[in-house]
This record gives sequence, structure tokens and C-alpha cells, in this order.
Amino acid sequence: MSGPSTYDPKTGIEKWLDARLPIIRLAHDSFVSYPTPRNLNYFWTFGAILTFCLVTQIVTGIVLAMHYVPSIDHAFASVQRIERDVPYGWLIQNIHAVGASMFFLAVYIHMFRGLYYGSYKAPREVLWILGCVIYLLMVGTAFLGYTLPWGQMSFWGATVITNILGAVPVVGEPIKQWLMGGFSIDNPTLNRFFSLHYLLPFVIFGVTILHVWALHVSGQNNPAGVDVKSADDTVPFTPYATVKDLFALAVFLLMFAVFVFYMPDALGHADNYIPGNPLVTPPEIVPEWYLLPFYAILRAITFNIGPIDSKLGGVIAMFGAIAVLFVLPWLDTSKVRSMRYRPWAQRFFLVFVVACFALGWCGGQNPAKAVYQAGDYSQVVTYKAADGTEATRTFAAHTPEELAIAVRAWEQDNPGAEGKAAAVVEPFKFTVETFSQLLTAYYFAFFLIILPVLGLRETPRRVPDTIAKAVLDGSKAAAE
Amino acid sequence: MKARLHSHTDLGGFGVAETTTNSTATDAPAPSRRDFIHIAAGAAGAVGAAMVVWPFIDQMNPAADTLSFASIEVDLSSVAEGQQIQTLWRGKPMFIRHRTADEIARAEADDKAPDLKDPATDDSRLLQSNGQPGKREFLILLASCTHLGCVPTFAAGDYGGWFCPCHGSHYDTSGRIRKGPAPKNLVVAPYVYLSDTTIKIG
Repeated sequence: MSGPSTYDPKTGIEKWLDARLPIIRLAHDSFVSYPTPRNLNYFWTFGAILTFCLVTQIVTGIVLAMHYVPSIDHAFASVQRIERDVPYGWLIQNIHAVGASMFFLAVYIHMFRGLYYGSYKAPREVLWILGCVIYLLMVGTAFLGYTLPWGQMSFWGATVITNILGAVPVVGEPIKQWLMGGFSIDNPTLNRFFSLHYLLPFVIFGVTILHVWALHVSGQNNPAGVDVKSADDTVPFTPYATVKDLFALAVFLLMFAVFVFYMPDALGHADNYIPGNPLVTPPEIVPEWYLLPFYAILRAITFNIGPIDSKLGGVIAMFGAIAVLFVLPWLDTSKVRSMRYRPWAQRFFLVFVVACFALGWCGGQNPAKAVYQAGDYSQVVTYKAADGTEATRTFAAHTPEELAIAVRAWEQDNPGAEGKAAAVVEPFKFTVETFSQLLTAYYFAFFLIILPVLGLRETPRRVPDTIAKAVLDGSKAAAE
Repeated sequence: MKARLHSHTDLGGFGVAETTTNSTATDAPAPSRRDFIHIAAGAAGAVGAAMVVWPFIDQMNPAADTLSFASIEVDLSSVAEGQQIQTLWRGKPMFIRHRTADEIARAEADDKAPDLKDPATDDSRLLQSNGQPGKREFLILLASCTHLGCVPTFAAGDYGGWFCPCHGSHYDTSGRIRKGPAPKNLVVAPYVYLSDTTIKIG
């Protein structure tokens, strides 16, 4: 893709090194002379931003590991010590904790970018799959890391997630014990989670190298989704992409800094400032925001599917939601890469993005909560009126609890009435649970039904012949 | 063809592949001694690798000291009627509940209730791990909701027993699941009476 190397070693030492280890040549060809499509927009800066996030997490993480004590008796206190006593510990700990959220924010934008512009299509399938592997590793690393401060959310989040594994038939329970190193989340669990949390970022780093390698073989996709055909279609990586990436990174860092310096705990859960206690469950157990959509999918399966009970069904759906991304290159049947030229795909994609946000909202809510409730709960009480005739009285209230209180209060005020209460009439309720189920259905339908069928039925708009043409037409249109 | 000739040379000229007219002999020559050695070496390598990998997998299983905490003894005489104590067994919270006569009556009355998701009689939930009947007053349960492992609270919910605040499962005074997402009854811990007032759990 990058063509013959244009690196020209000037000094004697560069020539000497180039004949032995052409590492400067590799860097030059990959990040200086490398041709990038000239129509890339700011969505293409997230690769650089993500690399920055990974390095940030590794550097701050190595520092934190110098002060953190992976023991259930000291973990919580050692994190507090980092935040209060260690010089600049507050800064480094905040960067690491906020950095996890920023990392996921950037990766989600990067993934939606890939989805919209068809970056997963041939010849970039392996590139996309490697990206999915990185995402999966990120989820694992984030989960392990969230356990380490040993707050209430750490402890109970780990309990709930390991219990999810227990849903797997036959082998679930032994695997759970194997993973926990005991019969519950305890010191052995914390120790191994720390070890693995230290390991996985380096695995991510390795897969990232493969990801960039695959990228440099097939070349970058671009907003028009057409292949690079001539030198007119590209500009060199440096200075064009380098400076654009740095500018985008600076803007990203502004937001990052606002969180680090002004609201470092805004994205976390207050309960994690309570030391983990196996005897007390927090009123609500929720994961960090970036895993809420998958948590909502897990909880949406409340019904048995044939021999699969609801608990296992939820686990399958949750992992399936990520697994489906791996096979996406073979699900989308459209020959047109960029959804810019696919009017219907564009609409379905927009709904998909909204559905993902809505799933995230559902994941943070109590499943029984009503999104919409048509009217009140009501109950008819038949009683003997003062004149001896039968009379009825209807009670209504927003919740069944309030209704019961109202009926009881009336009965106490009218002791001789001998009221007989009919069954409570429930209003129509649209609960978070039902909403999650609909959204989960759309999530899977988008990948398994809409994309395969749409590619065969949709009439795309005319795709520009070359990238250069797309750019020039665009600027001409802007000038008019 | 060249490779096959080599293998025949190795066998000391037993094969006659270069002159044979039998097509099956040409397509699938008899396994040579070299094939056997390849397979044997590969198999030995695989078994060896598996033997090395196993300790690295098994080290993650519960260690001997973790297992040695596998049983505890509890003195029941300190638990008054209507009281419930929570203790940790294997790092997991446990309920030891001294039930009132009313709770026992409610539990037994519901033995055949139609809404039992995981049907069990109250008597069956008092059995000791040696099969002997336990005492009706003392219910020994794992304090872990069978849905996702939260600790339920007592005297909440619709059935006078436990209620899990996480996802709204209701358990009755025998710890049986009656309503909500949990699939099973609260698990009865394996216990035996060592004396009239002491039990061993585990």
C-alpha cells in the first residue's frame, strides 16, 4: 500500500543502522511518508487518541501499582493513601480512573465510525476483528481494574459478574470457584485480578500493533468509502494526519482535564467509597457507565427460551451482543462501504445509535420502574353506608403502596363500614424491562436482519469514482 | 512424488511406488516409519505440554488454607427466638435463623402452595447433611440470593421471609423462592448437630 520506501538515510550513523535494523525506515514509512486519503474527517483521529489513552493507562497504572496493596485488608486504605498522602497520587489516580472512561468514550466513537463508514468490509475484515479483540480485552481489563479499590461496588460487581458464570450448565460452578480461587470473592480473587489487570494492557498493546499492521496493509478507509486509486487521492501522513491528530488530541485532552481536575468522581459510583463488605449488599449494583448497555441486555432476558433458563439466556445474549460484531463483515451484504451513500442504512444506523444510548440508560435503572404509566392503580371497596345500603368507593393512587395506604386509612376512619375490597386494577405500564427487551431485539435485528437484507434491497446513491473527485465536488458545492 | 521416493528409501527399499500401476498405492502410500515417528513425537509433545500447562491452570483453584476454612462450628444457644445471626462460612454470608412459632406455621402451611417455583417442603429444608431431620426452629441458609448473589434482608417482601433488594426476589419463611427473578430457593447449608446446641457447618 505504502509503495516503495522513500526513506533516505543522510548521516553515516543512520546508514549504518539502516543496514542492520531499518527501524527508522519503518517509522518513516509508517508515520511520515505514509499516504492517507485526503478526505479523512475528524472521526479518523480517534486511532491516535486511543493510542494515547492506552499509553496513559499503562504509565499511570505502573505508578499506581507501586503504591497499591492487593490485599482485602489494605486495598481500600491503600487507594485512599494514594489519593491523600502519596505526592501527586491524587492526580495520577484520577487520571487512571477518569482515563478508563475516556478510553471507552473514544473507543465507542471509533467503533461507531467504523460501523457508519463500513470500515469492516473487505479487505479490512481482519483489521476489524482485531479491533473487536482489543475491545473485548478492554472490557475485561476494566472489569478487573474496577475490583481493585475494594469498595462496595467493586466487591458486589465482581460477585454479580462471577455469579453470571455460574449460570453456565454443569461446568459453571467449578469454573466460578477456579476463577475466584475459593468459594467467594476474597483475597485470592483480589490478588489474581490485580495480576491479570497488570497483564492485559500489554496484551492489548500487542494486539494494537497487529491492528496497526493490518491497517497499513489495506490502507485507511475514508468517508467516501472508495479505494485509493492514484496519488491525487492521498496526502502524506506527516504533516497532514499528524497535525490533525494532535489538534484533535488537544481538544480531547481539554475534556479529559475537566473531568480529572473538576469532577473526578462524576463518572464513578458513590458506593465505591464504602469499603467492600460481604455481609451488606448495596441497594443497587450497577457497572460503570461504559458497560451499562450490556448490563441492560443481560437483564432483558427474563424469560426461559426452551431448555435455556432466563439466567443463562441473559448471559448468552450479553456475550452474543459482542460476538455479533466479530462476524459483522459477513453480515452486511451491501457492496457500498460508506453509509453516506446508503439512505436507508443511514436511518437504521441512527436508530441503532439511539438504541445503544437508550440501552445504557436502561442498564442504570431498576427494571421494574415504569417508563410510562397510563393512569393510576385503582381499587373498588364495597361497604355498608350509614343508612344501611350498599355503597362503593373507588380509590386511586400512583403506586400500589400508596393505594394500600389510602385504603387502610379510610378503613380506620370508618370502622363500622365493613368494607370489602375488590382486586387492585393495575394500569397499563411500560417498564424499563419491556423497553430493554425492545431495544435488545433491535440491537440484534440491526446486525442479523437489517444489514443482511438491506444490502440486497436498498438502492444506494451514486458513489464518487475517486476520492479526489469526492473532495473536489464537495468544495465546488460549498463554493456555490 | 519426490518426497515419497525418499520415504521408501528410508524403509530400505520395501516400497515399489515408482513402478506400481495400482492407483490406490500411488494416492495413499502405506504409512512409513517416519510418519509413525512424526505422530509419536507430536503426541508425546502434546501430552508433555498438557502436563506442564495443568499446574498453571490448577494453581488457580482454592488453595489448601482456603479449603481448611471449609467448616465452622456455631453455638445456637446464643441465638434467641425470632433472632437471626449472620456469619461467614467460606467467605460467604450465612443466615442462622431462630424461627418463631408463627414463622414455622406459615412455612408449613405453604408446603403445597401453587406458586412455589422450586417446590420443597419445610421439613426437607431442615434436613442435616447426614440425612437426619434438623430442628424446626433453626433454619441454616446461605445468605446469597440465587439470582445474582446479593444478600437478602429479612422481614421484607410479600411472604414474611426474605427479600432481595437487588432485583426484587421474595422468599418465604422457609427461604423458598416465591416471586421475582431468582430461579431457586435459598440454599440450605450442609450442617450437622454436634450437640443439642452446637452445629457444624461444612
